[in-house]
Amino acid sequence: MAGLEDLYREIILDHYRSPRNKGELETPPAHKVEGFNPLCGDEIVVYVQTDDDERIVDIKIGGQGCSISQSSASMMSGAVKGKTIAEAREVMFAFKGMMNLHETSIGGDGSESDQSESSEPAETIATAKLKLGDLEALKGVVKFPVRIKCATLSWNTLDQVFDEIQAAD
Amino acid sequence: MTDLPTTDLPKTLDVAKIRADFPILQPLQTASDGIERRLVFLDSAASSQHPTQVLDAMNKVYETGYANVHRGVYQLAERATNAYESGRTKIANFIGAPEAAEVIFTKNATEAINLVAGSWGRANLGPGDAVLITMLEHHANIVPWQMLAEEKGFEIRWVPVNESGELILTDLDRLLDGVKLFSFTAMSNVTGTLTPVRQLVDAAHAKGALACVDACQAVPHLPVNVTEWDADFVAFSGHKMLGPTGIGVLWARRELLEAMPPFLGGGGMILNVTTDGFIPDGIPGKFEAGTPPIAEAAGLGAAVDYLSALGMDAIRQHEIELTAYAMRSLTEALGEGLTIHGPSEPAARGGVLSLTLDDVHAHDISQVLDEKAVCIRPGHHCAKPLMRQFGVSATARASLYIYNDRDDVDALTEALVSARDFFAL
Repeated sequence: MAGLEDLYREIILDHYRSPRNKGELETPPAHKVEGFNPLCGDEIVVYVQTDDDERIVDIKIGGQGCSISQSSASMMSGAVKGKTIAEAREVMFAFKGMMNLHETSIGGDGSESDQSESSEPAETIATAKLKLGDLEALKGVVKFPVRIKCATLSWNTLDQVFDEIQAAD
Repeated sequence: MTDLPTTDLPKTLDVAKIRADFPILQPLQTASDGIERRLVFLDSAASSQHPTQVLDAMNKVYETGYANVHRGVYQLAERATNAYESGRTKIANFIGAPEAAEVIFTKNATEAINLVAGSWGRANLGPGDAVLITMLEHHANIVPWQMLAEEKGFEIRWVPVNESGELILTDLDRLLDGVKLFSFTAMSNVTGTLTPVRQLVDAAHAKGALACVDACQAVPHLPVNVTEWDADFVAFSGHKMLGPTGIGVLWARRELLEAMPPFLGGGGMILNVTTDGFIPDGIPGKFEAGTPPIAEAAGLGAAVDYLSALGMDAIRQHEIELTAYAMRSLTEALGEGLTIHGPSEPAARGGVLSLTLDDVHAHDISQVLDEKAVCIRPGHHCAKPLMRQFGVSATARASLYIYNDRDDVDALTEALVSARDFFAL
């Protein structure tokens, strides 16, 4: 049976207590999307500024949420900053793979990234280990299905920001 | 006739005896930490548990008297109809309704309020009109009006609340100018705030408005008499008052119901149908299209018997005392980091404790409490406008009922202390 220590790893609590990239960016030039978790009322705001090559030059996180959603957002901001949107989408895909979201989408956004949809789960998990780093601390969330939405809220919101940026191009 | 609890006098509740009637409270629960513990169920404001008497009443319908209600001439159908209609009569008596036909069975309180909006509201509201609601409302008494307002173009006004979650009534008369319906809760599901129902009904009537009371939290916990309230519409759910899911009630005055158009169309709600149209049935059938919740009505009737035998005054007294104890012991154990939203005076509120604890998020609190088999509800409790005013996205809500005692409160307090320590900076 899953215990609290599976869920609340030290690194998660660290990101929760000292969130990275917290704040706002001026819009425009940055893009901003608000994400909602209708189950618990969490609201998250993701600000992304990209350069002409779709490289994420800055990202800030606003809003409020539980330790899982806040730490996931904090780690996400560190993981994608400096990457291009395409590279960040690969991390996103790996993260959702770790959350077991590729076969049965609980993410609710209905817009899983379209590349490498055919990857074997095992391969996805191997890819995840290569790319996720700190984010791997969140894999215990899978044992607490109710909390998967907390962990994916910021990622789904980031996905929407990317869509907006690319639609605006 | 269901077996009634044998509690002697309705002065105080014998919680141990009550708990023995609830199968779900009997076994030790294996908590998420793998240890067997007594189930500490503190989420009755969302949905309450069921005594054997209610479960037996429903089983009895299925085992000895189940068929579709009304119109069947065989004995089983007659027995089912009797079980269904006796549920209606018991509920009418329980809430002081002048006649059973004024009790409309719905799916739940949400559907009951949607019935008022979709039938009375659609027929009576238009541009230039206004509906008044309050900042305490559950989404069930907000969104139906917003949906209808989009269609009909009337105005929605809000009675403000103060920081303690009490209605600010100084401008009520001005707010009621031009209002056709004042729809408000009798008890907040977030703060437990009790509103002055009769005063609000009188204020509405004085301005020519009708009054609709969301009594979803009130009917399970307080003595309620719709005639003494002088209300026009009263909505509540069965599953928060020991009854099953899938059944709720709209009570309304006969002349209103008779003047209102039907809500849902189908079988059971007509006098006649031809290729040219239909003639609706009289009340209550007019508002009960389709096969109704038959066993559920019998179950809800048994729930009402159970609550009546305990005595609603005794239940209210029990909850005031337990709420006072909880507020005192939580404050002592958790100090300044703890906020209990809502009125500070236990007698001014129901047994609903919405908590925020330092910076620990309600979702995390609830997760830690689950380790101790303590069930509370984290979130916005379907009252986002109120949460926004309090400046919080979520609270951890513990709600009390007849089967809770000081041991439950102590388990809550202890679990909250460990949650705070776990997440301490």
